[in-house]
Amino acid sequence: MSIIDLLWEPLQYEFMVRALVTTVIAAIVCAVLSCWLVLVGWSLMGDAVAHAVLPGVVLAYILGAPFAVGALVFGFLAVALIGVIRGTSRVKEDAAIGIVFTTLLALGLVLVSVTPSQTDLNHIVFGNILGVSNGDLLQIAILAAVAFAVLIFKRRDLTLYAFDPTHAFAIGLSPRVLGALLLGVLALTAVVALQVVGVILVVAMLIIPGATAYLLTDRFGRMLIIAPVMSVVSSVVGIYLSYWIDASSGGLVVVVQGVVFTAVYLLSPRHGVLLRRLRSRSAARSRATARMR
Amino acid sequence: MISVRGVSVRYDEVVALDDVSLTVERGRVTGLIGMNGSGKSTLFKTITGMVRPAAGTVTLDGGTPAAARRRGLLGYVPQSEDVDWSFPVSVRDVVMMGRYGHLGPTRRPRATDRDAVDEALERVELTHLADRQIGALSGGQRKRAFVARGIAQGSGILLLDEPFAGVDKKSEATIVRLLRELADDGRTVLVSTHDLAALPALADDAVLLLHRLVFQGSVADALRPENLARAFGLDVLDGGRDEP
Repeated sequence: MSIIDLLWEPLQYEFMVRALVTTVIAAIVCAVLSCWLVLVGWSLMGDAVAHAVLPGVVLAYILGAPFAVGALVFGFLAVALIGVIRGTSRVKEDAAIGIVFTTLLALGLVLVSVTPSQTDLNHIVFGNILGVSNGDLLQIAILAAVAFAVLIFKRRDLTLYAFDPTHAFAIGLSPRVLGALLLGVLALTAVVALQVVGVILVVAMLIIPGATAYLLTDRFGRMLIIAPVMSVVSSVVGIYLSYWIDASSGGLVVVVQGVVFTAVYLLSPRHGVLLRRLRSRSAARSRATARMR
Repeated sequence: MISVRGVSVRYDEVVALDDVSLTVERGRVTGLIGMNGSGKSTLFKTITGMVRPAAGTVTLDGGTPAAARRRGLLGYVPQSEDVDWSFPVSVRDVVMMGRYGHLGPTRRPRATDRDAVDEALERVELTHLADRQIGALSGGQRKRAFVARGIAQGSGILLLDEPFAGVDKKSEATIVRLLRELADDGRTVLVSTHDLAALPALADDAVLLLHRLVFQGSVADALRPENLARAFGLDVLDGGRDEP
């Protein structure tokens, strides 16, 4: 069988086409957002919010409201609760995050289990990319477009917020508003990614692409290109692999991203571990030869 | 001009600033001297408006801190440890952030903004390093990059938080000369430092702070032992006189 056949065969199935389109959309918007999340230091917070939106999504389903509304409400609720617990008790932030997101996630799982619907618990936990309907795809596309547009429109302010919130404040911007904006986009994006990889693995799509790009360049503008390209390519590879070896699609999307990160971590010309070590060793050797002369 | 009147700031039980009144004049470099934890950073945060005082008022060129922020009056050079030096921005990007207050909602720079950034870079002699990543600069060059941001911003008030920490003597002299020029242009320059040796070359006026205002006046008077002793919490003069 030729390469073309390998690539072509899955596309004869409509569900595979929808799966690929959904994955590409989610990969792009998650990767763009991840560039800011890794620089602000919000990886753990991103994880928390991505999990905590689940009860919001389920409640929205029960009430017939848009998923995004439920996700936004619970995303902000999670961050508010984390802040309250940290601020008013002796519990530290990481513990507060752990308590809030697991409790909200668990609440979401309970709600799913008592809600009569065709939605399988496993689909929410592990994603259901192969079962995306046209309606789902439309909703995902709209949410992703909104999140993407906000990020690109406010990209310079968000980068300033990540780099130097004090300066942002000193020139009359509100770091609090910019933080809330990033948080809102995070909640929307979590809904998008939930469909692809499920609630457990969402955080991978929200962190790995940005972290990988950060190891490859010293320019934020280039991170915004590298991260989505890396994320799209590895996600598509993951979906194809899942088709051919008949294994978890969400799982493979994340595994491929992790493999790419590992390769970059080791081999990145600028910040890779192996080349840095080689460089410092050859520098030490040339110092040693210089001493011997 | 910075005018601080009767300002008190408390964090829970801790009193950071207690009834502080002082004036920082336009066209002069003022050194703010105090130990670590003496309230210098809190005073800066109160001046920018980030911390609201429990009592007292701050006036910047005749207006409130909020008005000064909106007008882009406030230039701020952060302490080294408050900056993520591996952040993927170039020196030019950092200086351009000074222009954001003048730009539209997407902060897309225009030709005039690029010119202002180029001029500011030239002024601090970093033109040849403009495309380096900010962390690839030396300690002194990093400080100059942030000063350039304040220049590009057109700020009339420049606050520098410990600009000489981790900076070699030659770079320190360059920064001192630069601050002098900026004051001569009519800016208000307030520099916090605990480097007493550098003070005479750096500043026209000095403020000594230890939660309360200990001293405000000329640098020579500030450096008198009795004033320093009070600012650094050592009442050595009374206790020390009887020592052999």
